[in-house]
Amino acid sequence: MSWVNAIIQGVLLGGLYALFACGLSLMFGVMKVINLAHGDLAVVAGYVAVGVIAVTHIPTVWSFVLVVPVMAVLGYVLQRTLIQASLNRGLLTPLLVTFGLSVVIENGLLQFFSANSHSLNIGSLVSDSISVGSQISIAYLLLVIFVVAVVVLLGLQYFLSVSRQGRLIRAVADDREAAQLAGADYRHVFGIAAAIAFATVALAGIAFGMYSSFDPTIGTDQLLLFAFAAVVIGGLGSLWGTLAGGIILGVAQQIGAQINSADQILAGYLIFLLVLLIRPQGLTGARTPS
Amino acid sequence: MPTDHDRPLLEVRELTVHHGQLCALSDVSLRVFPGEVYAIIGANGAGKSTLLRAIVGLDRPTSGSVLFDGADVTPQRTERRVAAGIGMVPEGRRLFPSLTVEENLLVGSSYARQGPWTVERVYELFGWMRERRTQRATQLSGGEQQAVAIARALVANPRLLLLDELSLGLAPVVVRRIYGLLPELLAGGVTILLVEQDVSQALRVASSIHCLLEGRTTLEGPPGDLTPERIEDAYFGLTASKDGATPHPGTPR
Repeated sequence: MSWVNAIIQGVLLGGLYALFACGLSLMFGVMKVINLAHGDLAVVAGYVAVGVIAVTHIPTVWSFVLVVPVMAVLGYVLQRTLIQASLNRGLLTPLLVTFGLSVVIENGLLQFFSANSHSLNIGSLVSDSISVGSQISIAYLLLVIFVVAVVVLLGLQYFLSVSRQGRLIRAVADDREAAQLAGADYRHVFGIAAAIAFATVALAGIAFGMYSSFDPTIGTDQLLLFAFAAVVIGGLGSLWGTLAGGIILGVAQQIGAQINSADQILAGYLIFLLVLLIRPQGLTGARTPS
Repeated sequence: MPTDHDRPLLEVRELTVHHGQLCALSDVSLRVFPGEVYAIIGANGAGKSTLLRAIVGLDRPTSGSVLFDGADVTPQRTERRVAAGIGMVPEGRRLFPSLTVEENLLVGSSYARQGPWTVERVYELFGWMRERRTQRATQLSGGEQQAVAIARALVANPRLLLLDELSLGLAPVVVRRIYGLLPELLAGGVTILLVEQDVSQALRVASSIHCLLEGRTTLEGPPGDLTPERIEDAYFGLTASKDGATPHPGTPR
């Protein structure tokens, strides 16, 4: 039964990973930017939440109401300034710029918040669980995070496929010049896409801060890599692939932990490498464009 | 008080464009008047597409200026020029491959000006497009894609429509059908500036011809004033034009 439990935990954890990964996938899909600061931005969202809660005494679970808009605005501004400037200077420059951003963020956080770990305290909610039968227990928090992830992905899917702005985002991703000929300012559209990506990473950062403790270096050491693994396993450009990728990563980690608690992370990356080997375009990925 | 017909809708003044070290366009000037079909002809690499791209702002000129409806738009970004009423059907059609036919049209109308063209009106003109509106644009044939590309530009209600190599890669019968649309567009009040490699096709539809050779103007005037020999000379640059109808110092070889 503990195996069933591990798989259920893995699936739910996969929701959190998908939440991390969808912003990364969106920014790559639209701007062709591989945002190496993505994990650090999740951590930033966590610290912003810590600050917001300390100042406003807002209940922890509601902190996203303030943090998500703040991060979305930050996303728009960063895209229109730093990232846009780097986009005009070749393919590698955005990679270097976001890497630099990642270093700056980590050291900035170390400077202001020290290396001590923080977490978002939600009291007993963190350990509450639903028991099914005698041996399976589902953590309430992870279940909620999973539901939030699915709702976010559904919302994103709906927004991209139905709304005017979403249509423009897909058009700009397809062909920037043709979109300009339709009158779209692609830089603004990029900004909107970045704002959405940062909003999702803010949610992911807050969710992670409730689930676990975080410190300034965990963004690159774990979160970014998990997000990458989820995107690669699931296949670029597909939101549902990202969810599947997150779930597979989560299940692999939990099964690894079941075998030996030291193997948790390793098992996730073994699956990641296996997918790269067998199906490099990911589960749902289309053929690589020639 | 000048009337509409005295003032060019589009004026290009001594435009020079470089692609890196390469001079793609050198000192080209032209004036397009409302209601006309102005055709730019020339061989591959003559600078025709560069000229259109510079007019709409996708390529930046080294020197010279572009005036639209009397206003200098040279420093403006493409989307501003589109908002002012310049539309373009780019070379190779450039439909959005992951969008459906209808979504392509809706993107085209996202920043539409007031005017006669709507997605609904386009469907009336092309009955098949309504039936196939949920298909990916890439599933259409070349001629159908070209029609969607024209429709996508039309629904923005441009005053000036730039058409880049409509006939490229299409069967002659399809080309004739596509060009058969021009009267419909003109009736809607659109002025047309087109680029064409196929000289006879251009001569059939144009009210003015402008020939480019290696980035320079070699001939211009109404088709009635130009003999086939002079057009051939200007197109291929084999011999210098000796009579004085062209004031431009071409690149005689």
